[in-house]
Amino acid sequence: MSDAEQPTDDHVPGAEDDEFEPVQVFPEAESMDLRPGADNCYKCSTCDTNCPVAEVDDEFPGPKFQGPEQWRLKRQGDHDIDDSVMKCSNCMRCDSACPSEVPLSQMHNTARGEYVEENMDKFSREYIRNRILANYRRLAPLGAAFPRTANFVMGLSVTKWLGEKTLGITSERDLPEFATETFRAWWTKRGGNATSKKRAREARAKRGDAKVENPDKRIAYFHGCYSNYNTPEVAKALVRVYEHFGYEIMVPEQSCSGTPMFANGMLDDARRAAETNVRELGAAIEDGADIVASCSSCSMSLRQEYPELFDFENTKNVAENTWDAIEYLRVHEDLEGELEGTSVKGEDFAYHAPCHSRNQGLDGQTIEVVDAIDGIDAHDVGDSCSGISGTYGWKAENYETSMKIGEEMFEHMEDADAETGLTECPTCSMQMGHGTGYEIKHTLEVLEAALVGADRDADRRKRQEAG
Amino acid sequence: MAIEDDVLVIGGGLAGVTSALAAAEGGARVRLVTYKQSTLRHASGLIDVLGYTPDGEGPLVDPFDALADLPEGHPYERVGTDAVRDALSFFDDVAGAAYAGEHTDANALVPTHGGTVKPTARYPVSTASGLASDPRDTLLVGFETLPDFEAPLAAAHLEAAGAPFDARGVTVSFPGIVRDDAKVTRYAHLLDRDESVTTGAGETSAREALATTVEARLEGECRVGFPAILGDDYADEVRADLADALGADVFEVPMGPPSLPGMRLEDLLYKALEDAGVRTASGVPVIGYETESESGETARIDHVVVDRHGAEIPHRADQYVLATGGLVGKGVRSERERVFEPIFDCHVPHASDRYDWFVDDVFGEQPYARFGLAPDRELRPLDADGEPEFANLRAAGAVLGGYDFAAEKSGAGVSLATGYVAGTRAAEEVDE
Repeated sequence: MSDAEQPTDDHVPGAEDDEFEPVQVFPEAESMDLRPGADNCYKCSTCDTNCPVAEVDDEFPGPKFQGPEQWRLKRQGDHDIDDSVMKCSNCMRCDSACPSEVPLSQMHNTARGEYVEENMDKFSREYIRNRILANYRRLAPLGAAFPRTANFVMGLSVTKWLGEKTLGITSERDLPEFATETFRAWWTKRGGNATSKKRAREARAKRGDAKVENPDKRIAYFHGCYSNYNTPEVAKALVRVYEHFGYEIMVPEQSCSGTPMFANGMLDDARRAAETNVRELGAAIEDGADIVASCSSCSMSLRQEYPELFDFENTKNVAENTWDAIEYLRVHEDLEGELEGTSVKGEDFAYHAPCHSRNQGLDGQTIEVVDAIDGIDAHDVGDSCSGISGTYGWKAENYETSMKIGEEMFEHMEDADAETGLTECPTCSMQMGHGTGYEIKHTLEVLEAALVGADRDADRRKRQEAG
Repeated sequence: MAIEDDVLVIGGGLAGVTSALAAAEGGARVRLVTYKQSTLRHASGLIDVLGYTPDGEGPLVDPFDALADLPEGHPYERVGTDAVRDALSFFDDVAGAAYAGEHTDANALVPTHGGTVKPTARYPVSTASGLASDPRDTLLVGFETLPDFEAPLAAAHLEAAGAPFDARGVTVSFPGIVRDDAKVTRYAHLLDRDESVTTGAGETSAREALATTVEARLEGECRVGFPAILGDDYADEVRADLADALGADVFEVPMGPPSLPGMRLEDLLYKALEDAGVRTASGVPVIGYETESESGETARIDHVVVDRHGAEIPHRADQYVLATGGLVGKGVRSERERVFEPIFDCHVPHASDRYDWFVDDVFGEQPYARFGLAPDRELRPLDADGEPEFANLRAAGAVLGGYDFAAEKSGAGVSLATGYVAGTRAAEEVDE
């Protein structure tokens, strides 16, 4: 806290008597006061050395400028936000780099929002393209309704060519395929919450849990867009693993977590999405559930960005009760104990910890958890950024930078003794696959194979024995 | 349930990593949790033990001669000279070929970016050809876009300081760098990846372009010093290529923050943690602790609480090591009324009047520089009555008080020695 905010200098005669009037160094009080954060910056430049973009892109001035320095410049009134803020990939590594508690990503998010709002032409190709990328959630249902057609059309080289020419979406990448059945469709067909309740109760009885009726074992799953539309196998793995431990799962209504919107400065869109999520997830918490997410950027958004940027009723409550899916099991169950003695047949994994996992202190957990399973190993490919950062690497103008950032990860993946990749972030997974040609799995799928695969085998044996 | 280990180390700098490695070597299952990035990125990468006595005598030729005379309460006095030696050889094993200096007890004199010389016990191999005791003539090369290293000034300063050789400094433009404020990581990346750059002579590789630029300025010197930005992951290769092309030895001059040699040391240490099977979690703070139910004697920590963006995750261990750094690393903090240690609120001896925390002479003997925990010989922090705060907590590195690492040039050595002792003792006690 700066001296201006808490001046209690007892060496000044009569100081206690006078009501303190802070000196207004900077004009206009804002709703979000970032000054204490800016004041904390002592220019050590640690953030700059962690920025994957500044390392490869000569035009990016780095987080120290984008954050505290630009914030100060803006106090002069006649400065626009520098357009270089759009080159920030939103990896948020500067946040955990800073040894002095400067809220760098919050500063980036607000600066980017202001730039888009005030300086970006709303009819420009860049704005329209960014809006489309940021609102993937709105287009995906169309693709998912006609997945085969959509996948066919998107795979055509003419579509990609058009995408690059008209929208500036790189033609170098293959657009992610839509699943033939979304996770939510599968969930409904499976009988929704009622079925989950029943299965959880059975699992608890089988596990010998003291309480077969146990309202504490309830989670609300924030699946996000990608595991709903593109990789429902990840979402299904979560359901099966949690039910294995006797958890009843709820799947509340939900919107996009907002991550791609923050990254593109579409703060109004993000606010609308966040409002829905906070309302629905808040209600689930009322019903006794904890929130669990399988995508590390979704959990990051709910936990950190919502409270930094929004103040809906319940925002803080939702943030504090949101967990990463594996972290939750490690803390609430004896996950490693449960995994001891399980085995999975198959290949080793080259594991990449996403930046947004790293920022939540979760970078080591997959390695630890997979260690407990016999038959497979996960090899950490180091602390570099994958380079795609959500929508960033999809933009034609960023493609080259994105691949340059990813180079270190690709090399380490190829050096590792594995032919399959492993990560918790959908877009890191796209980049890993794009750079190496490997198939990429989610940690939950490995847990499913170890825990639920074993259950299934046992059931099958039992049935055979019975006759 | 809590995340459980034998030894939990809080803090990810030199002291924390050393204690984690030492505890792992002692057979313990170890976890290291660290909040923000450590101050290793601020560090020169040099491993000093003692350059000057607390009275300002020096530079010392042999730091070990001076250890016995340190005042009571100095971290070296607490752990003893043998422990300092053991810790250094432990570091030598971890660092392997990346560091030099283990052939002698005597301090090496390493030129710094200001043209002063720093007495140090170990130094990265990248600085080895640049030692000030080496009589060979030297060319220092600075870059127009990197004002932190003013080569002609540094050379003049070295000569004025009595270095036994001719030093000359030139400033050139770095091929491939266009920004005035390009990050040091950008320079390192260009050379690491040997990216292609465009110069007056056309398109060529970054290393070749740099060598060509410097060769034109060489006047028979047989060693050339650059600011410490010569690559990151492939620094040895970059240096060797430049040396080949120049026909001269190439060395790096350690720089201020942010520092590539500090980052390389960090990478080396974290690789060692991985190899030793130490589990690490970064980016999340320890915000509290619970003690075991009262047993009448000294309290024991049952578990600590790690905050993950609002979710409180208990971490339990048998033994704990606190290595959260000093005033810069924020392991010791101050308010107007008090100086304190923020996690366990361990006692930090200091004057009650904050006007006694400093003296007006900026380079004088600043009391605040010695702020930190006062430990017993086991490195357990002591309370105001001189009793251990907790039975199973030890402290290491800059969170300890009683020494002024900046004036003594003892920062890395104290972190190594206390980290080594704290980690080793913690593992022994787990066994007991």
